[in-house]
Amino acid sequence: MASKKHSRFIDWVNGDTAEKVHEYKFIQKTVPPHSEQAHDEVISTRKARLFNISYEISAVLVCVILVAVLLFTVFNLPLFGSAGNPASNEVAERYLEKGLEETGAVNAVAGMILDYRAFDTFGESSVLFIAVGCVMILLMRDKNNISATEDSLEENERLIEIETNDPILQKIVLLIVPCIFLFGIYVILNGHLSPGGGFSGGAIMGAGLILFAVSFGIDAMQSFFSIKTFKAITTTALMCYATLKAYSFFMGANGLETGIPLGTPGAILSSGLILVLDICVGLIVACTMYGFYSLFARGDI
Amino acid sequence: MLPWYQNIPFACIFLCMISGIMMPLFKSGKAAFHLTLCVSLINAILAGVLLYFTAKESIRFVYVMGHFPAPWGNEIAAGKLEALLALMFSSVMALSLLGGKSSIHDDILEPKQPLYFLMLNLLHASMLALTYTNDLFTGYVFIEINTLASCAIVMARDTAKTIAATIRYLVVSLLGSGLFLIGLVLLYCITGHLLMPNLQEKVLSLVSTGKYMEPLTIVAGLMTAGISVKAALFPFHAWLPFAHGGATTTSSSVLSGLVLKAYIVLLIKLFFSVFSIELVSALHVNDILFVFGIIGMIYASIKAIREEHIKRMLAYSSVAQIGYIFMGLGLGTKVAVIAAIYQIIVHAVTKPLLFASASRLSEVQGHEKSLYRLRGSARTAPLAGIAFTLGGLSMIGIPLLGGFMSKFLLAESAVLLASPRQWAALLSLALSSVLNALYYIPAIIAIWSPSDFMLKYQEEGKQKKNITYSVSAFSFMVLVVLTGCASTPVSEIISSGLSLLGGASL
Repeated sequence: MASKKHSRFIDWVNGDTAEKVHEYKFIQKTVPPHSEQAHDEVISTRKARLFNISYEISAVLVCVILVAVLLFTVFNLPLFGSAGNPASNEVAERYLEKGLEETGAVNAVAGMILDYRAFDTFGESSVLFIAVGCVMILLMRDKNNISATEDSLEENERLIEIETNDPILQKIVLLIVPCIFLFGIYVILNGHLSPGGGFSGGAIMGAGLILFAVSFGIDAMQSFFSIKTFKAITTTALMCYATLKAYSFFMGANGLETGIPLGTPGAILSSGLILVLDICVGLIVACTMYGFYSLFARGDI
Repeated sequence: MLPWYQNIPFACIFLCMISGIMMPLFKSGKAAFHLTLCVSLINAILAGVLLYFTAKESIRFVYVMGHFPAPWGNEIAAGKLEALLALMFSSVMALSLLGGKSSIHDDILEPKQPLYFLMLNLLHASMLALTYTNDLFTGYVFIEINTLASCAIVMARDTAKTIAATIRYLVVSLLGSGLFLIGLVLLYCITGHLLMPNLQEKVLSLVSTGKYMEPLTIVAGLMTAGISVKAALFPFHAWLPFAHGGATTTSSSVLSGLVLKAYIVLLIKLFFSVFSIELVSALHVNDILFVFGIIGMIYASIKAIREEHIKRMLAYSSVAQIGYIFMGLGLGTKVAVIAAIYQIIVHAVTKPLLFASASRLSEVQGHEKSLYRLRGSARTAPLAGIAFTLGGLSMIGIPLLGGFMSKFLLAESAVLLASPRQWAALLSLALSSVLNALYYIPAIIAIWSPSDFMLKYQEEGKQKKNITYSVSAFSFMVLVVLTGCASTPVSEIISSGLSLLGGASL
């Protein structure tokens, strides 16, 4: 017989002759009401306590070191706003001086993000799209992963929602929501003329959608905005962005003219593709905002 | 007009993006799977064509994204190296899809399958964009897409363990993105550029004047640390085994084989096109990578020996293989970086083969995952057994297989180095090869030796045919042998591609 000391080595040489059983230990905190000792019992073993202490100490240490290093770096950076900064170079100069002429956008920021660097902005819009996709994978309800009790709880909540109509809230919301939408649309459509654009205007419209859903309940909302509308709007908007920009990138890279007029700077219909792209981004952002709210609240859109 | 083939990088990225955007419109996973597979295959063919033309004319060209030239607009650049890596990304993506088709069907709820393929398509696009980008901020945007999509493909298999693994992965991965972004912002503050050639010019002039040296050192450290966190270099690897080991087969293959590599490719571009290899050594960034690479090689192999879950064992082996790549980067010579890139390619074709085979073996043996319960499964599914054996032997470094060539090139580059590092590299290569053998050989013996479990599931298992797996395993095996036998042309392409990367703009 082998001594116990070497048994692990011998096991290993022989291969897995017996199945190794791994126990996963989950520590569940169940704090009984009105008990004061409960907290001490949760972390009972010495090892766990030691680990927690060393973890906290090292976490603080790492943070302090990182903060010190970053502060040191920041003090060695060029002074913010001074004229001789490396960042005030020919790149920024052309954006500001020739931006209006080349992109047709009075708002230089819109010209930068939607024309000069439109590829990056396309990536950013896809980040939003993908984020809402992730939340849908995680939270979307589906008859395969929902039990009957969860279903009935959901149904109960819906009934309560319908019964507790608040007339004051609803009247006020009916007054406010059109204004919010109007403002959101204004910010999107004027993205190339004034501060704002798709991202900020879309966020405003998303807030309007959420407010409406909160006060009127899910049934009223789904009468005009269901999962189908959601999918149709986001995919069409992003697809529109992708195809328009693919066309413009291809023509630009090959040295061809796109044939898209820039219009008179300052007019609402001007600055080429920027207006259309702003509308696309705005729709994506508005739907994404509402989608996040709806998925987190009910697991459905 | 540009020569037509120069439109390929742009076309590949947009093809993936557009097919990804279309995915939510699909009702069933089947159509989505076929479209994704088609796009990957088309991209692989296009990348092959691009490789042919760039290798023939030995050029690296820039492609302006829009009407405005580079420092104002966005641009991407492609040469031999980029084309070769894109070919690797697209073809391995297609083969991993084929290899994991049945597991996708088993693991992911039907209505969520189109969303899963949405993630895979955008992941593919982001890896191509990271390979082709010539602008660091574009790189960052696609790092974000890559982060979210790779978390989503882990999470798509909806079990408690994968959700826990995803949360871990997400937190660590975002930490990495954050460090990279801080580094990028600081770099912009001291140079005023985001485009790689302009950055390199500015960085070199800063070094020669000695101005802003402290921020520059911190920037190099932060960006390297950020990318290392996301590529699971040793002290930051803890998220990897559960994320890669718990996900569905295609996800594991793509994450281990490709996603980790996309970040390392960006790091290599950072070293060559933004800093320079001399500056990286002067700032001692590569010394740190070298040390942690070696520790990772040894430590992860020891962890893999003690693991009995087959997919987690393969995941620990990935950490060790990433250690090899970082050791190559840490050696700091051009020859060593070529060896590291060769290791990237070898690992990208071997690890998906192993993951797909492990999943096929467990499919015929009642979906068991522990090595003990997989005993004898290779007798039920001989092709998967042969594929696993071949992949395992390649990882150990048996001649004529890919793993041997990459270790050989790494050792060769270490021998050429006259410093104490030479011995550290050679000894750790030898030790880690022995350690690799210590877990792959028992696993290979286990799957071939008969057991009660085998008898229990044999009849049922033999019924389960899986043609897509056979196609994918066969192609992967051919690639493993090819990378082992025909290394010279590939390493020549890498070598000349790497020179174009560094010197094209100076």
